[in-house]
Amino acid sequence: MRHVLALLLALQCLTAALAQERRSGFDDMARETQAMQREDAANPAMLWVDEGAAIWSRPAGAQGLSCANCHGAAEASMAGIAARYPAWDEGRFTAIDLAGRIAQCREQRQHAPALARESEGLLALAAFIGLQSRAMPLAPPADGRLQATRAWGEALYRQRRGQLDLSCAQCHDDNAGRRLAGSTIPQAHPTAYPLYRLEWQGLGSLQRRLRGCMSGVRAEPFAYGAAEMIAIEAWLAQRAAGMAVETPGVRP
Amino acid sequence: MTPRRLILASPALLLLPPPQPARASAEAMAAALRAFTGGAAVTHGRVTLDISPLVENGNTVPLSVIMPSPMTQAEHVRAIAIFNERNPQPHVVSARFSPHSGQAMLATNIRLATSQTIVAVAALSDGSFWSDSAQVIVTLAACLEG
Amino acid sequence: MARVLINIPRQIRAGETFAIRTLIQHGMESGYRPDGAGGVLARDIITSFTASFEGEEVFGLELSPAVAANPFITFSMRVQGSGTLRLRWRGDGGFDQSEVRQIIVT
Ligand code: HEC
Ligand code: HEC
Repeated sequence: MRHVLALLLALQCLTAALAQERRSGFDDMARETQAMQREDAANPAMLWVDEGAAIWSRPAGAQGLSCANCHGAAEASMAGIAARYPAWDEGRFTAIDLAGRIAQCREQRQHAPALARESEGLLALAAFIGLQSRAMPLAPPADGRLQATRAWGEALYRQRRGQLDLSCAQCHDDNAGRRLAGSTIPQAHPTAYPLYRLEWQGLGSLQRRLRGCMSGVRAEPFAYGAAEMIAIEAWLAQRAAGMAVETPGVRP
Repeated sequence: MTPRRLILASPALLLLPPPQPARASAEAMAAALRAFTGGAAVTHGRVTLDISPLVENGNTVPLSVIMPSPMTQAEHVRAIAIFNERNPQPHVVSARFSPHSGQAMLATNIRLATSQTIVAVAALSDGSFWSDSAQVIVTLAACLEG
Repeated sequence: MARVLINIPRQIRAGETFAIRTLIQHGMESGYRPDGAGGVLARDIITSFTASFEGEEVFGLELSPAVAANPFITFSMRVQGSGTLRLRWRGDGGFDQSEVRQIIVT
């Protein structure tokens, strides 16, 4: 009896230790998938990065301005930017994610045709800008105005949803590391987006991934760009603060 | 068919899977292999097929194959073909080499519909054929995104 | 034009074998996927890849629908001196794309 109790206690300590140790979804992947992310020459996401670099310096809009005309070389001006999003949008007085900011700049400053969420152009730009933060620690801004958004995001993360009546936390906090129908449940860190998912056979955003998890529990997913999406993204970024940016990643 | 039997039969009909494309089979693979070798004997060995025995997602499966050879005009690997048993088609890729290749090597990413055997066959300039095979288990995708 | 990435080693020595890694943006529609209306989506794949150096074929590959989307192809080659490498991808629907790179022997 005492032995059983000791074992149980030991197990509990172990689970607690596991819960504290944050690991990227990268660590749960097969060696072959990891190699694909590690080597740019084998990472299909780099095709989108290349496209993003081309859009960055291509004139568009009435004044024929390119992103580079205002921002210069992205390697300098965009270094560390992706690591800070979602951030506070002074103009709209709300939180905004990187894709939202890029789309906003394109429409309002470049005066070029809008880039829709999940369009190849927006994904390409986000991957290209994200790459400029690769290996940097996620650094959510210490802006008090984001507090409410993060708190809302956390509440959404803990709220049970869908026909399966499961919260994000039940899978990604309570059961991370366990296997679910052949795949390991990751801790849900947003460090590698946009990324190339083998399942998608293409590049996709964090919001696409979240929508997948929502329909997975048979819940109606939030729309792309919805305030709820930004809030969850802000909470996930806070939860992963300090972890290295992997963009553009690869996932199964 | 009497109406009663029709009624009994119909639920089963409803359960029939939608028409599937013909799956390659061991026989289809053997036939494709024969077409490549022209019926010549194939010896196991010398060529190495590298593919993970356990695959996370069948959409993109890294595969490489290599065969040591001096790659001279007199003695080189002419071609290597990859076959599979259970995709809709037995042929995956076939590569042509020349002495300019320096090495008989190829790496690519393939699709696997399900767990199965993959076979690599190398054709040498001396007319001999060599092979290697690998068993691959494809773990089911989480199917979360229903 | 499909996006292409070609990775060539920085240092190439005469007579030494080196690897070239390529990626091309292409959906590789297999011809077996349902179109949601009872039919299948028409096949649209890259069917062949060739690499030639100074006009002579170094490597060729015939592809089937079993090649993954955004085909990744790695092959090796050996040269005696600098020259022009031409890579060509051809496929369904008249797909035909060539890329030219200089191979500089150091
Ligand atoms: C007419 C000039 C102009 C053009 C063209 C332009 N931008 Fe901007 N962009 C700005 C200004 C000004 C800011 C605000 C800078 C600040 O807040 O410090 C900005 C901010 C940004 C930010 C947020 C940076 C941060 O510090 O958070 C991103 C990302 C961005 N732009 C991306 C782009 C992209 C991508 C394009 C091309 C599609 C583009 N911009 C085109 C002027 C421009
Ligand atoms: C039933 C369990 C389950 C629930 C509930 C769930 N997920 Fe997931 N989630 C998964 C699994 C499994 C994966 C990995 C999928 C794969 O590899 O196929 C995943 C992947 C992710 C990832 C990607 C991590 C990475 O490394 O790229 C994020 C982010 C994520 N989920 C967030 C969420 C959020 C936010 C919610 C709530 C809205 C949620 N998930 C609900 C099981 C779940």
